[in-house]
Amino acid sequence: MVSPNNPEITGNGAPASGAPRSIHDVVIRLAGNSQDGIQSVGGFLARLAGRSDQDVMTYMTIPSTISGGPSIFQVRMGTGDILSSGDRADMLVAFYQHSYDAHIGSLRPGGVLLYDADHVTPVEGDNRFTQVAVPITSGTVEAVGGAGKDKGKNIYILGLIARIFDLDVAKLAALIKERFGGKDESIVRNAMLAFDAGYAWPQNNLRDLFYRFEAIDHATASRGRPQVTMDGNQALAYGLLAAGVRHGAGYPITPWSSIMETLRAELPKYGGLFVQCEDEIAAISTALGFSYSGHLAITGSAGPGLSLKMEALGWATMAEMPLIVVNVQRGGPSTGMPTNVEQSDLMQAIYGSHGDTPRVVLSPKNVEDCFYIAMEACRIARTYSTPVLILTDMALASRIEAFDEPDFPTLMVDPKADLSDRGADYKPYPLDALTRHAPPGSKIGSGKYPTVTGLEHDELGHPTGSSKLHTQMTAKRREKIKALGASLPAPELNGDHHGEVLLVTWGSTWGPGLEALGRINAAGVKAGHLHLRHLHPLPNGLEEIFKRYHKIVVIEINDEGLYGYGQLAMMLRARYANPAIESVTKTDGLTYKVSEIVAGVARHIESADLTASLGVAHHSALAK
Amino acid sequence: MSTALATPPPPAPAGAPLTKKILTADHPTWCPGCGDFAVLHAYYRTLEKLQYPHEKIVTFAGIGCSSRFPYFVNTHGGHYIHGRALPFSAGISLGNDDLHVFVFGGDGDGFSIGGNHLVHTARKNVNLTYVIMDNSVYGLTKKQTSPTSPIGFKTKTDPTGAMDQPINPMRTLLNTGATFVARSHATQVNHMVEMMLRAAKHPGFSVIEILSECVEFYEGAFDSSIPRKGGTWTLIDEKKNDGTPEDAQRHDVTDEVAAFKLAGQAWPGSFGVFYENNVRKTKNVLEAELVAKTRERTKNASDLQLLQATFAKMR
Repeated sequence: MVSPNNPEITGNGAPASGAPRSIHDVVIRLAGNSQDGIQSVGGFLARLAGRSDQDVMTYMTIPSTISGGPSIFQVRMGTGDILSSGDRADMLVAFYQHSYDAHIGSLRPGGVLLYDADHVTPVEGDNRFTQVAVPITSGTVEAVGGAGKDKGKNIYILGLIARIFDLDVAKLAALIKERFGGKDESIVRNAMLAFDAGYAWPQNNLRDLFYRFEAIDHATASRGRPQVTMDGNQALAYGLLAAGVRHGAGYPITPWSSIMETLRAELPKYGGLFVQCEDEIAAISTALGFSYSGHLAITGSAGPGLSLKMEALGWATMAEMPLIVVNVQRGGPSTGMPTNVEQSDLMQAIYGSHGDTPRVVLSPKNVEDCFYIAMEACRIARTYSTPVLILTDMALASRIEAFDEPDFPTLMVDPKADLSDRGADYKPYPLDALTRHAPPGSKIGSGKYPTVTGLEHDELGHPTGSSKLHTQMTAKRREKIKALGASLPAPELNGDHHGEVLLVTWGSTWGPGLEALGRINAAGVKAGHLHLRHLHPLPNGLEEIFKRYHKIVVIEINDEGLYGYGQLAMMLRARYANPAIESVTKTDGLTYKVSEIVAGVARHIESADLTASLGVAHHSALAK
Repeated sequence: MSTALATPPPPAPAGAPLTKKILTADHPTWCPGCGDFAVLHAYYRTLEKLQYPHEKIVTFAGIGCSSRFPYFVNTHGGHYIHGRALPFSAGISLGNDDLHVFVFGGDGDGFSIGGNHLVHTARKNVNLTYVIMDNSVYGLTKKQTSPTSPIGFKTKTDPTGAMDQPINPMRTLLNTGATFVARSHATQVNHMVEMMLRAAKHPGFSVIEILSECVEFYEGAFDSSIPRKGGTWTLIDEKKNDGTPEDAQRHDVTDEVAAFKLAGQAWPGSFGVFYENNVRKTKNVLEAELVAKTRERTKNASDLQLLQATFAKMR
């Protein structure tokens, strides 16, 4: 194996031309085509950051076509909390002319452009950026040789990036070996050849572009458990496993599919199974059958599939059957923008279906939270014998983040079904207590076996046309969800606890929302930030918190609708009848930039300083 | 819609045999003279003969007159949404392989709104028994055309007579890949019991179509197969493998082509087992084998060890 360690730049790491400059964080955007493996470069960087106790967040676009087409991967890595994937890039790696043309506008002034000299001709004399021509294609072909053509140029670039940012080469090499190790030995060898070639590209060509991340304060950074790196869909699937879910059913749809793929592969290890069904309706039906058999089950989909599941969800509410339903939101309606992000399924999640169907809707704030919200959803579903919807989105589904490995020994939930004998007084639908179903296989002491049903029913599950019972049973189904709401503490409040404006976010807008709070506070505005993970029922104490601000601005990725408010804003206005609640929405299919949120908030409050701050150009941390 | 509850059955002493008395629940809501009463009676008698542990019997259904079935049977069970009882019941069967799952429904539930689920639950060979009570009309909603209504049959949705080609239930069932396909008649209780017993004992997806007359909206629909009304009752003569020359003419239930030939007979056709395949593995078995193979590869690691090992790879 070739060693990439150049003696000149090991030791204290100082290159001949000067010491590396210290930076807090960097945003690197890789732009190429989907078959170039730029996702895997991003993946390597993200996992390296995770193994280095650095924080990391990624942003990925995938074309909805099967192969080919432009694709980007953006990774932001640095020291301390990284809340968003970065409005603009500090470094752009352009593999093709179209990559350069489409993404040069995303580079911050003073940023660095690395372009493939074999494919790209940048605008001459553009001195806004440091332009570095790198023979990415020919350098890779030369290093690897053979019939592989330019395969491996992603790894060549990884080597170059490792050099520029003084990354831990030994750890990266280990990651490359882990990634390709299962395959033909020559693949690892070729990858390392490409990596070494990129790393060893003559340093005087790099014009003193050497950086190093600020040292990590290990006392605060390390919480005793190592960091793991994965995307939100994986975190959600493993959260379900930790919560004791062993059964599920689904139908493929982007961006939900990878959850069912993970579960199909993982569940047999745990003695469970996941069924691929003929359609979305069969999927939720099979999952409900699993739940009825005593095993809390999961189904999921994206927006259109959730619509198909609605009748069965109505049954689940009526029959009080526990169930986990994941909805990975994407751009809608209909097939819409299947690989873009949107938060436009909130009303569908809460109010979709027919009849009065109070149900639970939760939403994770970041990749790590996908794990924990899955666990919480299972706890709620079991405790209240109710369907629980998890509203995640395309951004969380595909983004890679590093987080502390969960404390499994204390978190694991026993998946065993309760088939114990039920007493002679057993009733599936008692009016004065929470429903606890007796799965088939459990003996009923009275000898009277229960029915689960979508018809209005009496306490034993037998159909009734009684007005009194319908009123009582409707109240039973409502009150248990209200009881859950009453048990939820007020969410954490960031920033000022009273003042001019309160930012309210849900789902994946948590990070950019919190980062926007920093900028708004920096502009001298007294502001707070509140994030809702429990969307239905709402947690306690919001009314009191809202009263302490002149404006409450709800930020979400959906349309302002006919009445000028996004879906959560509309619900909060209806719930609290507070005219100070305002709305910031957008429908471009992309995650919020911090600057978009600041500008949106500035439209709702009067602050000359905040408005002035919008015009300030933020120079890249890499600027000379 | 009746809301009357049956007199609660006395608690069965441990080990007492399951009787019709114990198995009876609500009084059926069906019209007097409905064929479904006989199907219910045949089900009680089948369960009496099988003597499964009471708590391990599940009776499930979708929506329709016939789908009220579970309320009339004192077993674990339930009433799901229209057409989707099969995927739900697949979840029950796969969730607990120790159970005996019986699903009841009508021709609208099975062949119309639930047609796709019938195909795929059969294709997967999930271990359960499905009884389709076919009356060739929508009864609960008071006489609309069903997928088995014959051309010319006048309904509220086809006042001048049904015009769409009805489906051929037996050909449809054979096409799904069901591993046990039989046909019976609500006027033939002993035959129904025999078919239900064989279906229950069949490992895999077993389905029985039972012609069950709706006396309210399609009186006389099946008279041509009722001898006392002048019809012909033709039983399938199954191969006995006794080496006699006449045995060569008998029906081989493992012969799919022969089964399709029977399904193509002119109305009212034959009754009995059309097809049985005991070779194909059930999904219940295949999934259990997958678990066993996977567990062997992971050396029976505990759930905690498995998750920790997976996360260690993602560091």
